[in-house]
Amino acid sequence: MKISTFFYTLRQGIINVFRNKWFTLASLATISACLFIFGLAYSLLVNFQHMIKTAEEGVSITVFYDEGLPQEEIDLIGAQIGARTEVSRVVFVSADEAWAEFSAELGEAAEGITENPLVNSANHEIYLSDVSAQTQLVKYIEQIEGVRKVNQSEFTANLFTGVNSLVTYVSIGMIAILLSVSVFLISNTVTIGISVRKEEITVMKYIGATDFFVRAPFVFEGIIIGLIGSALPLVLLYYIYEVALKFLADKFAFLSNLLVTLPVWDVFTVLIPVSLAIGVGIGFFGSFFTVRKHLKV
Amino acid sequence: MAKDTKKKRKVKANSNVEKYAICLENINKSYEDGVPALTDVNLKITPGEFVFIAGETGSGKSTLIKLLLREIKADSGNINVCGYDLMRIKRRNVPKFRRNLGVVFQNFRLLKERNVYDNVAFAQRIIQKSEREIRKNVPSILSAVGLAGKYKAKPKQLSGGEQQRVALARALVNKPSILLADEPTGNLDPKNTTEIMHLLEKINENGTTVVVVTHNREIVNLMQRRVITLRKGVIVSDEEKGGYIDED
Ligand SMILES: Nc1ncnc2c1ncn2[C@@H]1O[C@H](COP(=O)(O)OP(=O)(O)O)[C@@H](O)[C@H]1O
Ligand SMILES: [Mg+2]
Repeated sequence: MKISTFFYTLRQGIINVFRNKWFTLASLATISACLFIFGLAYSLLVNFQHMIKTAEEGVSITVFYDEGLPQEEIDLIGAQIGARTEVSRVVFVSADEAWAEFSAELGEAAEGITENPLVNSANHEIYLSDVSAQTQLVKYIEQIEGVRKVNQSEFTANLFTGVNSLVTYVSIGMIAILLSVSVFLISNTVTIGISVRKEEITVMKYIGATDFFVRAPFVFEGIIIGLIGSALPLVLLYYIYEVALKFLADKFAFLSNLLVTLPVWDVFTVLIPVSLAIGVGIGFFGSFFTVRKHLKV
Repeated sequence: MAKDTKKKRKVKANSNVEKYAICLENINKSYEDGVPALTDVNLKITPGEFVFIAGETGSGKSTLIKLLLREIKADSGNINVCGYDLMRIKRRNVPKFRRNLGVVFQNFRLLKERNVYDNVAFAQRIIQKSEREIRKNVPSILSAVGLAGKYKAKPKQLSGGEQQRVALARALVNKPSILLADEPTGNLDPKNTTEIMHLLEKINENGTTVVVVTHNREIVNLMQRRVITLRKGVIVSDEEKGGYIDED
């Protein structure tokens, strides 16, 4: 293909885009909606995943022991728990260490207290490799002889995993519906464009236009709609994401060690190319097959 | 690739056919409804000829033009145009074949939203001429058809005669070896009709084979050229320097 042919057919494609405005707008709107939902779902999912991962890296279970339980037995139980597959790490915290940490948190209020009030607070911090196994693990530990108390972090992983799959299913459903609607609308837009230009196409064929030359403008039309349709939601999502991060940081600062969000670009370096590829893909295939069907040159 | 197809063409075409710009042997064509539009048509036109196809409405003239353009395919017989075997030509080679032909119609078929220059340049862009060539060729063909001052006009700002000149310029700008004209003066007044016919003669004098479909008796009688007369899909007469034969 010559460069001049490329630009000529591209220009005709752009003219097509503006020629049937309403159909173009309808196609644009559905593609945008589709990719907006996709982007939103993706941002939520990667953030949830990030939060879960962060939570997994934090303490989720603290095990306290019966009063006067010898250190050897405590060590034994610690080793027993550490041997389980869902456990990534077990750390022993002595009573003194526990007090040192707590008094640091108390600050001035702890001044003057000389004797360790937490004599029986020697404990094991259990770090999990799989948060979803937390509930079961707690049950297991509770029935071990010598264990007095098991503290779970108030954060429950199950909630997140549940929300996670809900978001996934709902968004996959909506994306599937919108995807087919946008393919349908693009195809309609191109069909209208073809019927509007029937005369021109006939003349082109008489003059000896190749299939490529006749079809290319319509395929360009689809690609352009797909491109704009994917760029719009990206821009919108970018701003929404920034606003949401700010909002969370301002209003939910007290949950900051739970709501660990990803910076904008961590999400968008993936979202931008994927959205553009989907948009251009819909535009290309939607128009390509329509043109093949309707333009038997 | 071009080299390859050329070789194939040479092998297929027999020497008898190569002599003619257009060669039809025992061509039959009927449409879906089964009514025959052309029956056992035999026709040979040599390069550089000027030929009228005459006949009343419905006699099959346009069907013949469509066969020559390979817009439709004959049911049986042999048809060879510019060395292309149109019964066996591959679909993807049709565009290349059509670049040997120029065609104009009664209703001009100009693109309404484009000006005169772009209507003609359109034909060159389709065959992927460079913009430099287009800027050279389009003005030259437009002045040849007498439209030098009207580059920027839109079709609806032109008279019928002028519009047909634009259509002719578009058909000729790619330098076809055959010009097909299906009732080119059907929508024109006598003055414009004569002018367009003179233009067609001039084009023919420059070496282009010209086939003109018409049922304009005055023109046919005036010009004293070869006249092929169709009646109900059958060639009823083929005369050098002939006249218009009335239906009786
Ligand atoms: N697309 C078509 N479908 C069915 N019949 C057609 C079609 N085109 C032409 N015909 C018929 O074929 C015959 C020849 O038509 P045509 O070639 O257009 O004649 P002309 O151009 O001499 O007026 C007519 O009887 C016409 O009704
Ligand atoms: Mg006709």
